[in-house]
Amino acid sequence: MTHATATANLMHPPAPAEPGSGVYSNKLGMWVFLASDVMFFTALIGSYIILRFGVTEAWAAPGAVLNVPLTAFNTFLLICSSVSMVKAYAAIADGKKYFLRAVPGKMLRDGGLKFWMLVTIICGAMFVGVQVFEYIKLVGHGFTPAGFREGSTLAEHAVADAVRFGATTSGLYGSSFFTMTGFHGFHVTCGVVSMLYLYFTKVLPEKYSAQDYRGIETIGLYWHFVDLVWIILFTIVYLI
Amino acid sequence: MTTVAHAPSATHHGPTSFWRKYIFSTDHKIIGIQFLFVSLFFLLLGGLLAMQIRWQLGFPGQPLPGGGILPESMTSGGVILPEYYIQLVTMHGTFMVFFAIMPLLMGVYANFLIPLKIGTHDMAFPRLNMWSFWLALTAGFIMLAGFFVPDGAARAGWTMYAPLSARPDLSGATYGQILWCISIVVLGLSSVLGSVNYITTVINHRAPGMTWFRMPLSVWALFITAILAVLALPVLQGAAIMLLFDQTIGTHFFDPIAGGQALLWQHLFWFFGHPEVYILILPAMGMVSDIIANGSRKPIFGYHSMVFAIVGIAFLGWIVWGHHMFMSGMNPTLGSTFMVSTLLISVPSAIKVFNWLGTMWRGNLHFTVPMLNAVGFVAMFTIGGLSGVFMAATPVDMHIHDTYFIVAHLHYVLFGGSLFALFAAIPYWYPKMFGRMMNEGIGKWHFWLTMITYNLVFFPMHILGMGGQMRRLYDPTQYDFLKPQQPLNEFITIAAFALFAVQLLFLFNFLWSLKHGKKAELNPWHDNGLEWSLPSPAPHGNWERAPNVYRGPYEFSAPEAGSADFLPQHVKLATDKEPAGSLPR
Amino acid sequence: MHWWLPTAASTFAGPIDGLFLAILIITGIALVIVEVGLVWFSVKYRARPGRKAFYTHGSTRAEVIWTAIPAVTVVALGIVSNHYWVQIKGRDSVPPNAYGIGVHVKQFEWQMTYPGPDGQLGTSDDFTVRNQLHVTVNQPTVVHLTSEDVIHSFFIPQFRIKQDAVPGLNINAWFQATKTGEYEIGCAELCGMGHYKMRARVFVHTPEEFAAWMAQQIAGGSE
Repeated sequence: MTHATATANLMHPPAPAEPGSGVYSNKLGMWVFLASDVMFFTALIGSYIILRFGVTEAWAAPGAVLNVPLTAFNTFLLICSSVSMVKAYAAIADGKKYFLRAVPGKMLRDGGLKFWMLVTIICGAMFVGVQVFEYIKLVGHGFTPAGFREGSTLAEHAVADAVRFGATTSGLYGSSFFTMTGFHGFHVTCGVVSMLYLYFTKVLPEKYSAQDYRGIETIGLYWHFVDLVWIILFTIVYLI
Repeated sequence: MTTVAHAPSATHHGPTSFWRKYIFSTDHKIIGIQFLFVSLFFLLLGGLLAMQIRWQLGFPGQPLPGGGILPESMTSGGVILPEYYIQLVTMHGTFMVFFAIMPLLMGVYANFLIPLKIGTHDMAFPRLNMWSFWLALTAGFIMLAGFFVPDGAARAGWTMYAPLSARPDLSGATYGQILWCISIVVLGLSSVLGSVNYITTVINHRAPGMTWFRMPLSVWALFITAILAVLALPVLQGAAIMLLFDQTIGTHFFDPIAGGQALLWQHLFWFFGHPEVYILILPAMGMVSDIIANGSRKPIFGYHSMVFAIVGIAFLGWIVWGHHMFMSGMNPTLGSTFMVSTLLISVPSAIKVFNWLGTMWRGNLHFTVPMLNAVGFVAMFTIGGLSGVFMAATPVDMHIHDTYFIVAHLHYVLFGGSLFALFAAIPYWYPKMFGRMMNEGIGKWHFWLTMITYNLVFFPMHILGMGGQMRRLYDPTQYDFLKPQQPLNEFITIAAFALFAVQLLFLFNFLWSLKHGKKAELNPWHDNGLEWSLPSPAPHGNWERAPNVYRGPYEFSAPEAGSADFLPQHVKLATDKEPAGSLPR
Repeated sequence: MHWWLPTAASTFAGPIDGLFLAILIITGIALVIVEVGLVWFSVKYRARPGRKAFYTHGSTRAEVIWTAIPAVTVVALGIVSNHYWVQIKGRDSVPPNAYGIGVHVKQFEWQMTYPGPDGQLGTSDDFTVRNQLHVTVNQPTVVHLTSEDVIHSFFIPQFRIKQDAVPGLNINAWFQATKTGEYEIGCAELCGMGHYKMRARVFVHTPEEFAAWMAQQIAGGSE
């Protein structure tokens, strides 16, 4: 048995062996991992729902404390990155390993894997950047995981309009906001780092091909999951 | 009959350094063995913590022998202090659950057995597997560090109820509590990543002919347990993070003064916690099934029922968590619903016990050390399971909740259950791990002495609980209603010292046999599993080519077996057809 | 040395002890069947030269029987248990004439607040006593449990009553003592370093004794 086949056997099962899921292992593994991540966010989001609807006092009105327009733009950015992820997947499925290629008769050049993957990474990194900026601004105004900091701008607003700012529930508001969005941001960061790693070790050296682009599909699954969680978070944290 | 296995050639990877081969290994068998050594260490540590607990309960206020070496923060004149006592009970539970039993069952046997028993080279993701081990070891160090930081280790019980656990000013523990949370998050990641591997491997990497219903019950149990782990651990991680933030950055999840809810912790913890206890028993049940069938020289009785029972237990395990909270102040109607689901979950466990009995019935029973311990498991787990019925009946639970009746129950299922199963599994698969046999004579002494001392320790705890002795109590003699029972506490303590001493026999046997045990043949137990077709110890990569599987794992004493009383899964008889997908021979 | 359940001193003890005994008998029977079975099979079917095991994969009939019997048993147990559970802890279980006492729990003591002569809690004539619960025999008492800091648990073994006291919640726990005498409260939830020291005394009085004690408290007398 050659070294190549031996290594091949080590990494993949002899196909078809005993029919399994019908889905290659990296993808199956990612689905299982995402199931665990669903449970993690369920614990956080479920707790938020229980706590928020367990208090009798006013909860901060949407937009009172948080910058909804900026975060709406950020949401749009993340959705764009999911779209570009799909474009990257489609590109490599067609074997387009390149960055950009001129297409006769068309004004815009055609994007390959290298281009669309880079777009995804940049959009993802920008999302994190905007969120960090948002955090800095919020803390500067006095919004912390423990609630409104004494003597801060927000604390003063809260005194003036306790209902709109959810003065008495600000501690819980801060606790749940920073924990949920923080861990989501952490997941996005891990995604960006992973994509960067793949970009430099596999995408640029053109190791993916139309015959084998499993890594792209696998990271794509993770990325779409992260996007989905954000849409839920954005809705229940910023809009409601 | 026995196929000579072809070891993959040494030029597979080129010569591997000692570090890549034994320390930073991606081989599932080495990783399993790494987990084994580390977990046995934590088991020993957990036992040492228990000895100190028993000293204080048996002889409250007496100086601990050798207590002088402990610092002033833990003992005063050698006498265990209350603040140290509650660290002891907390860390005993924590180490035993998270760093001994869970990794011994999953880290060791999911890793070691799954690829071997389903006929593949290694796990689906060998490097991820290696990360699982190192994360678990890191978590272990973080947890250990709790004893060495200012103010000492976490001390709100292994169940960490908030707000006590969230408020250093109320518990007295600062860094120790923080380290507990961090360790749990890291350990959770280790478990999740490990489970991703186990699940993917079982689904996608079974050898040709290894259909779902030809898998051994040990693999079924490990597979279902991995699903439980992958879904339950993240909930604990979430809870631990919320607790960590309450302790450090001023959040208020569990602080009622700021709108948080104390009961929220309990719901989160037990939503994880109940599936966790099934994680701690199902693999044990699976391995016991394999060993009892082997020891009885008979197929497992009711294989399909056994599979459905495992699935049933796993499924029902998600909807019983409230039975830990009957007295918590939650809505009493929830008490009723959780009582129903809790009573129902006893049924699949009962089914399993009867099927083990059925397996032994009319068998040809060989009482090797593994078989003795496996039968001991059934005997002890039955007691533990039946004592659970008392708690499930909520009015009775009013009296016995948070008493030593519960302590008795949990130790009967975790020690009498899981640990006895490990006392069976470790010698059973030892030859395939290390190429040698553990000493049978020492093993038999260990079994009988453990069986006696163990019951002397834990059975009387039912009586203590009935009498009302509460858990985590530094000094029962403070209460008039408990003073009459103090002689029983003393008795249990002495029996516990004896029990611990007997375990040193096992430890000695385990370590001594590594170098001096009888060299093992290919299939010392005449078992049918695929692993027994490989040399002892099994080589890196297991098989050159995946074996074909022609039958289920329990064809002992089958007529087709001829004069032998076993028929391995991979042996082809004239009447067998090749399975689909089989590789050319 | 006490080998059984503590003295029964409340109306709950009858049903709870009865249920305990019933479960003991049922599980005892199951235990004997399994353990005797194990020992008997171990002896009867031990390996001997020339013996062969009986090759079978199981019996559906056996599966049905040993699934149905446990299932029916536990369902019956559940129905009986729930009947008493609702009586003891149900939302509407507190008798309307129950005598109310506020029990505020903290690290590491119990603070009992009595309604005073006007019989109403929350009025100016209430008074608080540390670590002493005084009740009248054969009269329902309801304890309003609150916690200052962490979770504690109100446990009187002879009354078979246990209820966690949770910070942020006000929980009612009622009972009716049936025997005069002195008993103890133990804390049944780990609450910190002093958990073991949280002992309180319970005095079950005749109505006359209770009235006398009450009068003494109002007059500013010592405990």
